[in-house]
Amino acid sequence: MSAIPFTADSSDERWVLPYRGTIGIYCLITAESAMFSIFVIAYIYYIGKSLSGPTPRQVLELPIFTTVCLLSSSVTVHLAVNGLRHEKWTAFKAWLAATVLLGSIFISGTGVEWYKLIYKDGLTLQTNLFGTSFYSLVGLHASHVVAGLLMLTVTLILGLIGKVRQEHAARFHALSLYWHFVDAIWIVVFTVVYILGR
Amino acid sequence: MADSLPISGTFDLTQATTPRRLALDVMHDWIVTVDHKKIGLMYIASAIMFLAIGGVEALLIRIQLAVPNARFLSPQVFNEMFTMHGTTMIFFVAMPILFGFANYLVPLMIGARDMAFPRLNAFSFWISLFGGLLLYYSFVGGNGLYGNGGAPLVGWFAYAPLTAKTFTKGNSTDYWTLGVLLSGIGTIGTALNIVTTTFCLRCKGMKLTRMPLFVWLMLVTCGMIFVAVPPLSAAQIMLLIDRYLGGHFFDTQAGGSAIIWMHFFWIFGHPEVYILVLPAFGFANEIIPVFSRKSIFGYPAMVAASVGIGFVSLSVWAHHMFTVGLGAGANIFFVLSSMIVGIPTGIKIFNWLATMWGGKIHFTVPMLFCVAFLFQFLVAGLTGIMLAVAPFNWQLHNSFFVVAHFHYVIVGGILFCVFAALYYWFPKMTGRMMSETLGKWHFWLFVIGFHLTFDFMHIPGILGMPRRIYTYEPGRGWEVWNLIVTIGAFIQLIAITLFLVNLIRSLYKGNPAGSDPWDAWTLEWVTASPPPVYNFATEPIVRSRRPLWDLKHPEDPDWRYE
Repeated sequence: MSAIPFTADSSDERWVLPYRGTIGIYCLITAESAMFSIFVIAYIYYIGKSLSGPTPRQVLELPIFTTVCLLSSSVTVHLAVNGLRHEKWTAFKAWLAATVLLGSIFISGTGVEWYKLIYKDGLTLQTNLFGTSFYSLVGLHASHVVAGLLMLTVTLILGLIGKVRQEHAARFHALSLYWHFVDAIWIVVFTVVYILGR
Repeated sequence: MADSLPISGTFDLTQATTPRRLALDVMHDWIVTVDHKKIGLMYIASAIMFLAIGGVEALLIRIQLAVPNARFLSPQVFNEMFTMHGTTMIFFVAMPILFGFANYLVPLMIGARDMAFPRLNAFSFWISLFGGLLLYYSFVGGNGLYGNGGAPLVGWFAYAPLTAKTFTKGNSTDYWTLGVLLSGIGTIGTALNIVTTTFCLRCKGMKLTRMPLFVWLMLVTCGMIFVAVPPLSAAQIMLLIDRYLGGHFFDTQAGGSAIIWMHFFWIFGHPEVYILVLPAFGFANEIIPVFSRKSIFGYPAMVAASVGIGFVSLSVWAHHMFTVGLGAGANIFFVLSSMIVGIPTGIKIFNWLATMWGGKIHFTVPMLFCVAFLFQFLVAGLTGIMLAVAPFNWQLHNSFFVVAHFHYVIVGGILFCVFAALYYWFPKMTGRMMSETLGKWHFWLFVIGFHLTFDFMHIPGILGMPRRIYTYEPGRGWEVWNLIVTIGAFIQLIAITLFLVNLIRSLYKGNPAGSDPWDAWTLEWVTASPPPVYNFATEPIVRSRRPLWDLKHPEDPDWRYE
């Protein structure tokens, strides 16, 4: 059949709607923030309520170096997005590789910290309330870092074999928003766990 | 009305030639589909299936409570029944049926071809459905390999420390946790999809201020889902950590708090009520104007009231916890915030009444359900205001008065709107009309059954009958009321059976509906019934809130007045 729009006198005004990936990731970030906030509230509520040791002051050390690494990875991922947008392929690949590296340093730092806590200090999830809420909150964040790293690594591999093109910039930008979110949550977790809770 | 539609060209009217196919092929189609309409229908179908199951559980509860000292169910089975009834009805009936309509209608109403993320849509549906199936598998696997099986029996809000391994042995609580967790993942996925669809896929001219109110209401609902459902998922994860990894979140022996579970649950639990009722408001917003033959009164006020309800309802959760002893300050805050919800809700009620005022009202079955909804929702709101007053609440907390109140909201408000929506959009979804005669029988029997059950349920509550009580002694003045309530429940059963008969009969024998049987105004009625896979052959362009009015009345279009 003929195909005519049913109000013929359409105006010439521009009709631009946002990219679905960006909106989708903002929705995800909202939902994830709500989830994190519950774990954060539980952590704050249980500060100092453990019936036995070890306490945070005894065992926790400030993870300054890995924090700096994670936060700088926000800058590098931003530069990588810019590189992809402007088709500067070397910059894109280099900054993305740097992001993956910095993220990996962070997650390794968490691994080393947990190893020390478990085997040296004897703090596990079952030890006391501090252990329960600490491993849950930091672990929830770490699992998000791992998920982000996996996605970034896949992007990096695709970039290295030349499958990423400029039209993928919007998607990569959505991924970078997720990564910024993971970094921003770490600021909250760091403040609550290593400053307020110690 | 159906044949006089002056629209042509926007859709393909030629009947698709569909040769008979093997049942297996058809099933394959449904399982692998990513079409928003098919997923919507599967949501609705699964919800109706769970509605039947949850309804049977309610009837078993009512038989047990009909007379004093009954031994119809064992105490354990009774606990399983009220737990499963509540969990099923909220997570696997109400949520899926509303999402089903949203899935089906939102893309059509905004002139889109599908949802923004079709595969995520299919994933969300299946993960929710499997959550429900997992929950029901607990009847077989609930006690692990050692016992005879058992369903969850900790109540639908599963207060700690009853959920600790010490107090509920076996796996029944884990089935509850995992089932609800899966449904939560599906819920968040679909909500994300609906919001993205609404923002990114509107057809040309469909500004936010021109969207049908149902789409607006779904947008607000989904925004609330992002804030309200993840806390429940977080709490479920904590419960799993407690039960499987030996954590202490809700372990009072190790300094954990049982109260914090209540907070976490109701931070989800109360907004959830509004998450359910806002789409129901959306149905009323679409149906009442069409059958009053007037455009909706106070569109901007409706939108503002919806957004207002969305925000205020996030800060009322502790009115479920007045008897906990939160202190005067917290109590006063939650009393006031709970009462403030009444203001935007009142605005909505007045707007609906004003829409009907002076209109030419057609009392079709969908409209009848909407009118009953208006009255019943008002009563439910009034008992809600009563319960929001802390001292009154201390007297009636956890009594049958509370049960009567929230069933008034959920059945009298939400379910009535859902029925209205089913009768209203059934022609669009299937291409056939539902029987008006059977529909009116369904309506009147359901109204009578509903009022017998839930009006009289308030009274034993005021007389002191606690909820979830297994049985009771004679001589407390509760007997006659409980008997009436049970009789009402069975009248509802007859009404629902009539509805199911009508549904199945109309599916095969209903009169052909045409594309626009109700002479309606929103975009879904411009395409064929049922709509083709691509919805619209060309992208529609809209210039007002009632695009079909403009089309049918080129001499007096709406956009002149907006």
